[in-house]
Amino acid sequence: MQALIDGSRLMTEALVRAGAEVFIGYPITPANNLYLFSGKRFKTFLAAPDEITTLQWMSGFSAAGKLPVTATSFPGFALMLESINMAYMMELPMVIVLVQRLGPATGTATSGAQGDITLLNGMLSGGYSIPVISTSTANDCWEMAEHALKTAADLRTPVILLTSKEEVMTQFSFDLDTLKEIKPIERKYYTGDEKFIPYNRDERGVPEFLPVSNDKHQVRYTASTHNANGILEGITPEALSNTIKIQEKIENNLDSYLYYEFVKEESSDTLLVSYGITANAVREAAKILKEEGRPVSVFIPKTLLPIPDLYMNIMSGYNNVVIAEENHPGLYRKLLFGAKAPANVHSVNTIGRMINPDEIIEEVKKHGN
Amino acid sequence: METKFINTNTLPFCKGCSHTTISQNTEKALQKLGKSLLDVILVTDIGCLGIIDKAFDTHTVHGLHGRSVALASGVSAGVNNPDKKVIVYIGDGGATIGMQHLLDAAHNGYNMTVVVHNNMLYGMTGGQPSEFTPKGFKTPTLPQGASHKGYDICGLVTEAGASYVSRITGIGDISDQLAEAFSRDGFSLIEVMEICTSYGVKSNPGMKLKSLIREAGIEIKVYADNKPQPYETQEREGLPSLFSSDMLIEKEFPHKLNKPLRLFLSGTAGEGVQAAAEMFIRAGMRCGLNVTKKGSYPVTVGVGFSASHIILSPEPIQYTGAPRPDVIIVTSEDGLKFAQKLIDNATKESLLLIDDSIERPVTKAKIITKTFREHVGGRNAMIMAVFEYLQQADIIPMEDLMKQFMGSKISANKTLKRLIEETFEIEG
Ligand SMILES: Cc1ncc(C[n+]2csc(CCOP(=O)(O)OP(=O)(O)O)c2C)c(N)n1
Ligand code: SF4
Ligand SMILES: [Mg+2]
Repeated sequence: MQALIDGSRLMTEALVRAGAEVFIGYPITPANNLYLFSGKRFKTFLAAPDEITTLQWMSGFSAAGKLPVTATSFPGFALMLESINMAYMMELPMVIVLVQRLGPATGTATSGAQGDITLLNGMLSGGYSIPVISTSTANDCWEMAEHALKTAADLRTPVILLTSKEEVMTQFSFDLDTLKEIKPIERKYYTGDEKFIPYNRDERGVPEFLPVSNDKHQVRYTASTHNANGILEGITPEALSNTIKIQEKIENNLDSYLYYEFVKEESSDTLLVSYGITANAVREAAKILKEEGRPVSVFIPKTLLPIPDLYMNIMSGYNNVVIAEENHPGLYRKLLFGAKAPANVHSVNTIGRMINPDEIIEEVKKHGN
Repeated sequence: METKFINTNTLPFCKGCSHTTISQNTEKALQKLGKSLLDVILVTDIGCLGIIDKAFDTHTVHGLHGRSVALASGVSAGVNNPDKKVIVYIGDGGATIGMQHLLDAAHNGYNMTVVVHNNMLYGMTGGQPSEFTPKGFKTPTLPQGASHKGYDICGLVTEAGASYVSRITGIGDISDQLAEAFSRDGFSLIEVMEICTSYGVKSNPGMKLKSLIREAGIEIKVYADNKPQPYETQEREGLPSLFSSDMLIEKEFPHKLNKPLRLFLSGTAGEGVQAAAEMFIRAGMRCGLNVTKKGSYPVTVGVGFSASHIILSPEPIQYTGAPRPDVIIVTSEDGLKFAQKLIDNATKESLLLIDDSIERPVTKAKIITKTFREHVGGRNAMIMAVFEYLQQADIIPMEDLMKQFMGSKISANKTLKRLIEETFEIEG
């Protein structure tokens, strides 16, 4: 049976089913539905007085062994940045749903956008990575939300679930039976008798976890450069190596949270690339082109950051690559190809409205498909 | 043997710094209270006072400058166990940049004791003044002395709802005063007046802490000693799924749509545009159609236009935009203004259904004017317009739409119901 639903509801329900226990938020359009639904659905819901507090409270809950979630948009996210650096450094799991809207600054709250990916790429001082997983369909709102939370818990890290206004505010008919079952995360705690070393890493580079209230072992969390014991040390070799190991943990385990969609048309030398809201226009454009007898391949990365080698390999197999995204400079294209893209990489960009399939088709035809 | 909370004889502070007094007396106070190491969670701010973590064998958390109280609030609410004592060490600098967190924690009654290390300047960064620097007090970067009196944090958190608040002088044995604060449930704060031997003494030669406090009119006293109202984190079990039964719509009727239909409904806020659009798509779903709907309104939702993009399609809908809708329905001047661009871009295949009180715009679209506002008022104009459109378009049964209408709150309006029944010759 069909249900009339929206992405906010799917995400909230998925996060709760996957084991998120607390939502902390400060209202901002277009993330307000996530706040509203979370207030009805999360075991614990706290209304924070601002976004810095939001992230600090979340970090405290996370240190106490809970899995926290928030949802915000750029203005709030900007306030969170220093605290996200803190949570990253402390290796605290949490999910931040970033609902993109038109910037810069307050921009237009009620207009969608895809303008925050380069910010996400550079949000950590030092240029390290936080996993950024994005949604591009209703089912993604469900599955990627689950993956985001599981990745956060699995790798002890904040994870950004990237979406945008149109994805979380549009209502649509949807068959709930297509949703995969979500089982709650089983968190692994340190069970040893020996002294607990808070930043001692397992073979995957992930430190074992204990909540800060533990009765048996001392637990230390530190945001400053620290050694394995969580002790602030300055630039000792051990402390610096710990900083590098956090990055390696994110990079080396990328396969465990790598999500993308690649629909290959053997006869085509054109590849359409997009993510998030614009992925729908790309899929529609590909459908129309196929009906016209000009099939193209489609590549929708869902794990946007860090960028795996695989993405470059996929794109290198095409004579023409068309990247569509709802920002003016072509942000993801720049992350993929640098300041100047190769001549066979083309862009479709807009601001203030969704890209429509005709614009993508036009760009494809310009380059001879 | 007494529990050793501090694991070193060399604390990381300058000689004579009052931060040492606070750390040592914290240990003594915890010993007096019979606390064990893992009963205590010490959350420290950034500043000279914050580099103490490694000396404490309790649980420790060391975060950002000014945010320790907010972080500790999360820890305290997350642990949700009053037997665990959360202690926050913060400076006058941290309390300046993060003051809201102190007010907020006091307001919520989070279980913790905040120890404000007030040495009246930013020690770590070289002795700049904070908002706590008393009038006349000099620092290396403010040789002329502060021109205003400092914040009274004790007064502020008392006002915000703290259960126990006191200000003391950080000289000698202060373990009893600390123990008093630590022993309270809910939010307690103790401000310790200190002197930074490196910068405070140098800039104010010959100054004595006690006389400075007296001359600046800083009161050493207990500010609040109320019955605590400790915070308890709500953990609600067994909440229902967000997938409620009213979201489910069963197919009941046939439809006659063979390709996607994109509509733009544009009217005035408060005139039921969104409700009409929802009625329309729900009726569509009842015929097995795929639908999408998105609302557009100004940020202040109660004024100006209100519009809705809807799509009905026999096939799955991917792209939810409609740069050129097949149908535009306009029921007010606000709606016309907002739909103007779409009307300008419309082709001769499009249809514009517009209330006859509005001047007909220039457009390639086929225009149909009808009287809605005059008959049913602005509030119900869009509902009537949707009925009108669907009667003409004949894509889903009117019976379906009527059923949807009857199931919605709007049908409580008896006059409207009668008007719909008469105009469209259909039973409710
Ligand atoms: C966001 C931010 N701004 C500025 C600083 C630099 N900073 C570090 S400590 C400090 C002031 C510390 O003063 P206080 O809290 O009074 O502690 P004290 O050193 O006096 O013990 C400042 C401004 C910082 N770490 N973070
Ligand atoms: S600089 Fe001042 S506040 Fe910092 S340790 Fe030295 S005396 Fe104490
Ligand atoms: Mg200070």
